[in-house]
Amino acid sequence: MSADQLSAVFGALADPTRRAILARLTRGEATVGELAAPFSVSQPAISRHLKVLEQAGLVSRYARATARLSRLEAAPLRDATAWLIGYRQYWEESYDRLDGLLASLHGDHRGRTGERQDSS
Amino acid sequence: VTRTQFTAEPGVPQIIIVRTFAAPLELVFRAHIEPDLLARWLGPRRLVTIVDRFEARDGGRWRITHRDADGGTYTFHGLYHGDPRPERMVRTYEFDNLPGPVYLDTVTLEDHDGSTLLRQNTVFQSVEDRDLYLTTGAEAGVRESMERLDTLLVELARRQ
Repeated sequence: MSADQLSAVFGALADPTRRAILARLTRGEATVGELAAPFSVSQPAISRHLKVLEQAGLVSRYARATARLSRLEAAPLRDATAWLIGYRQYWEESYDRLDGLLASLHGDHRGRTGERQDSS
Repeated sequence: VTRTQFTAEPGVPQIIIVRTFAAPLELVFRAHIEPDLLARWLGPRRLVTIVDRFEARDGGRWRITHRDADGGTYTFHGLYHGDPRPERMVRTYEFDNLPGPVYLDTVTLEDHDGSTLLRQNTVFQSVEDRDLYLTTGAEAGVRESMERLDTLLVELARRQ
């Protein structure tokens, strides 16, 4: 995924209504009316959100009979959310590794001080 | 059980991380400013960490790249503000893969009877920028979406 694409996906995910629309679409394709139903916003507003999601590659739209349906495109969501969910993991894992490094650099320290003094 | 505490209050463009290390302050400090030590702990284990540039002094530049098994790279760069000291390491931060948002990262170390309390304060330019990285809401929302997505994919696979 290019930096531009990733940026578009992050921009699209930054809005809570758009995240809710994506969550709804994971349960199956839907019309604009169906997507607007749970929200106190107009159908044109939902259409604008859908346009942002479509430009980010997260949603595709197509016509079936007389209905215009939106469908989730899963791959870009997975790529981008790997980083979103990763922030916490990044620092947790880094600091766990730092613990290990500090122990190896100062191997006898823990032996002398006995119990660890983690405050959490 | 996690030993790393995260605080990300709604509406505040900031993330605070608190962590205690059972090691003397000098050693924790060295692990932050010596490139060869930094490369041994910064980043997830699945990624190789390469310190491209690291000038731990006032105005010094730093650039770090994480590389995954498929050759994908994730690079961060920024600038030190003030000579880093254990009680105050200040640097700016930008993610090259998603350029634009710049954040300000302050790490402070405190001696607690031979252990070291680390506090990392990261300030973003806007709540939206912060939310791209982490908020309780965004994280929960995305996680929920991902869980539903997983369920959907299982269903789709079954139908085929």
